[in-house]
Amino acid sequence: MSNEATLNDHTTDTNHSEHSDVHHQQQSFVSKYIFSQDHKTIGKQFLITGIVWAIIGGLFSVLFRLQLGFPEQTFPILETFLGRWAKGGVIQPEFYYALVTIHGTVLVFFVLTAGLSGTFANLLIPLQIGARDMASPFLNMLSYWFFFLASVIMLSSLFVHTGPASGGWTIYPPLSALGQSGDGLKIGMDLWLISMAMFIVSSLLGGLNYIATILNMRTKGMSMTRLPLPMWAILFTSILGVLSFPVLLSGAILLLFDRNLGTSFYLSDIVIAGEILPNEGGSAILFQHLFWFLGHPEVYIILLPAMGMVSEILSVNSKKPIFGYMAMIGSMFAICSLGFLVWAHHMFVTGLNPFLGSVFVLLTLLIAVPSAIKVFNWLTTLWRGSIRFTPAMIFAIGFVSLFISGGLTGLFLGNSTIDIYLHDTKFVVAHFHIVMGVASMFGMFAGIYHWFPKMFGRYLNNTLGYIHFWGTIICAYLIFWPMHYEGLAGVPRRYLDLRGWHSFNQFEDLNKLISIVTIIVFAIQLMFVFNFFYSIFKGRKVRVQNPWGSNTLEWTTPINPGHGNWPGEIPEVHRWPYDYGKGGRSFIPQTEPFGADESKDH
Amino acid sequence: MQTLLIIAILLFGFLITFQIAKASEYVSILRGEEKSRKQNNRINAFLLLVFLVVGLIGVYYCNEKLSGKILQLGSAASDHGIDIDKMLKITLILTGIVFVITQILLFWFSFKYQETEKREVFYFPHDNRLEIIWTVVPAIVLTVMVGFGLYYWYRITGEAPQGTTYVEVTGKQYEWIFRYPGKDDELGKKYYKNIDASKGNTLGQLWDDAANFDDIVVNQEMHLVVNKPVRLVINSQDVIHSVGLPHFRMKMDAVPGTPTTMWFTPTKTTKQMRQENNDPEFVFEISCNQLCGKGHYSMRGIVVVETQEEYDIWMAAKTPKYLEIFPEQEPISKTIAAVTKEH
Repeated sequence: MSNEATLNDHTTDTNHSEHSDVHHQQQSFVSKYIFSQDHKTIGKQFLITGIVWAIIGGLFSVLFRLQLGFPEQTFPILETFLGRWAKGGVIQPEFYYALVTIHGTVLVFFVLTAGLSGTFANLLIPLQIGARDMASPFLNMLSYWFFFLASVIMLSSLFVHTGPASGGWTIYPPLSALGQSGDGLKIGMDLWLISMAMFIVSSLLGGLNYIATILNMRTKGMSMTRLPLPMWAILFTSILGVLSFPVLLSGAILLLFDRNLGTSFYLSDIVIAGEILPNEGGSAILFQHLFWFLGHPEVYIILLPAMGMVSEILSVNSKKPIFGYMAMIGSMFAICSLGFLVWAHHMFVTGLNPFLGSVFVLLTLLIAVPSAIKVFNWLTTLWRGSIRFTPAMIFAIGFVSLFISGGLTGLFLGNSTIDIYLHDTKFVVAHFHIVMGVASMFGMFAGIYHWFPKMFGRYLNNTLGYIHFWGTIICAYLIFWPMHYEGLAGVPRRYLDLRGWHSFNQFEDLNKLISIVTIIVFAIQLMFVFNFFYSIFKGRKVRVQNPWGSNTLEWTTPINPGHGNWPGEIPEVHRWPYDYGKGGRSFIPQTEPFGADESKDH
Repeated sequence: MQTLLIIAILLFGFLITFQIAKASEYVSILRGEEKSRKQNNRINAFLLLVFLVVGLIGVYYCNEKLSGKILQLGSAASDHGIDIDKMLKITLILTGIVFVITQILLFWFSFKYQETEKREVFYFPHDNRLEIIWTVVPAIVLTVMVGFGLYYWYRITGEAPQGTTYVEVTGKQYEWIFRYPGKDDELGKKYYKNIDASKGNTLGQLWDDAANFDDIVVNQEMHLVVNKPVRLVINSQDVIHSVGLPHFRMKMDAVPGTPTTMWFTPTKTTKQMRQENNDPEFVFEISCNQLCGKGHYSMRGIVVVETQEEYDIWMAAKTPKYLEIFPEQEPISKTIAAVTKEH
């Protein structure tokens, strides 16, 4: 455990500094790795929990792709492991819907919200703004443990007799409100709601902490316009989360009331399974408004941190300033504010007032303007740079490619006229998987490859990194590009068997191909996970303080920073973070004062 | 056995990959990290270019393979569908151009500006003129898209023309029920608590409302007259469903407690579609587009579009629900219906 030795060395260093009295000299295992209040450890906890969930969510997608690609075939091994859920080796419809529900929930919330923002907000905020820790390390710790509690509850729902929630990740009532509507809508649904409530608490505790830290704890000289872009992205993400998650919480609580206390918030005029329900006067559409008031900002909660990290990584590895720093902040601000005003574009065909619909069309397509600005700024950042293709960099480039592809199909769906036709078809599935799912995953991978040396003092294996990138981007396009065509044939989403349909049964070969590619890409991700855990212990050691030649403050800390981050004084900041390639110098750290004859331009 | 074999192969492949990856790390240290890093850089830059070229060919190939299997633009079987196809085409062209240009720039720049010995970085932090260009140009393009989109949107969701017939569509787990207003052109009142499948009252019609006497209820199959605008009044009895009509490009959710409507004019008969697609088994299908439980994927209905004469023959053979349940009431209902009509 030489890593451990290095880590301990620096802890000793810290002890000599003025902050030695703040922290325990000898931390026990529990306070160091489990109930830790060190933002770096909490970040790693979020990341590792996120990885575990990503494996579960990914495995579920492999299972339901088996059914979609090979509806005629039986897989006896599935019955061995899953019992009656895969009777005779065929995935049962109820279980199929449970799989897609949990796949969606887990990847959207547990992986791409907690695993992405949770990890990098915790890891990077104090390091990049120059603080010893978060504003409230204790709340930060609670944030993780509420997430952990949410995870335990969600996981336990997989093992209840009637199975986990199966109402889709959007859990529209009345389906999700009525246990009579299916097995997966019984106790599994309650557990889902409770788990999400815990998750929202976690997200709020984290978000408030991130905002407070970024606004109040910046080091001397670190004005808001000298913040690295990941910080701005996380600030906007947290604001979105803090303002919109409570709305989902209220929606979920009302749903719990409808389920268990006989209220009628979402229920009206229902006869289900031969039973006439007494509820009258509720509105099923109300839930959709509450859900999407979070649900749409959620997309940006997922995407913004990835955008911020990608901006940083593109700039560092092109050795060129990010083009249009202020425009980048402005466009993130625009995305963040517009993000609140577009939720009903998920509801064009619910009977929404057409005038209201047209307002949402306008606001939705407006988001394409800041998105376009970001894309062109990234392209200009690459232009006339000197690009170094680290695994992080190549994932960042992949992110931009996927963001373009998936963003453009958003212009189809955001336009209500076309949405009438394509709503709830495979086109939607392809669109959001590319732009929100895979693109954000790419942002997350870029972040992991880039900051892994800071997290663990070692590098990830490069060759595996390149294989990971190439395998994943090829497979991602192979899976989701042709899926648009299924949508253009009108194939609805969440159909597990198309053989009974005259209009939709022509995609047999394509569905087989997609399923096979899904299995391959899942195997590639497992390889990444292996690389991750292997490299924590056995990876090549980092021997230089600033391996990427980066300007930001995290690379001024020791290779393995202890609790408190900087052994001595926190460094002072003198310039913005993107002085790359200025005056013939490849990088100028933020801590370096302005030279006498240096131009102030940026 | 087969599964085990696949797992074994995967594991083996993984082991090999891992060993190669590990070895390459040692080799890079032996050869000098800087040198092998530069080599990796060149390889990846080249691969990015290859990816661009192969990717664009792939996009073309994918279209060649699959474009015959989708609903062709402009082939919609309703007037609104034609509008939607036009909008789709406009969007496809505009986004297609942007897609090709930006992807080429992205991968081309990545390749062209890869790190080399003599590359000099151009310090270029911002340029207001460029920023304005790529704010204004997308804004103009989007204005065009919003403009066309809303023009069609209001045509589709606007008032139905005079003389529109209507049909009530009701979704329940996992079937569709259709109700026609009959001769009085008025749907009778219904109340969900009256639903009683054992008595045949599947919709909960109120029998003290005379307008119900001639309402005709059919299951699973809806008949429409070609070139005659029709408004669907959509209900659900249990959870949210969605009436998806891909060939007409139309869709509307069925929400319990809140009726919704949509109208359109079918412009092609089922027979015409059979000829056009060279497919004697063609039918217009109704797909449920909103997850409604375990039978969601099989919630199928059929639309038959036919000429007025064919429709009249079909309709004449139907008995109103009221008379199905109370056959003894036939003469009375006729008189009442006649009286209602006079008023």
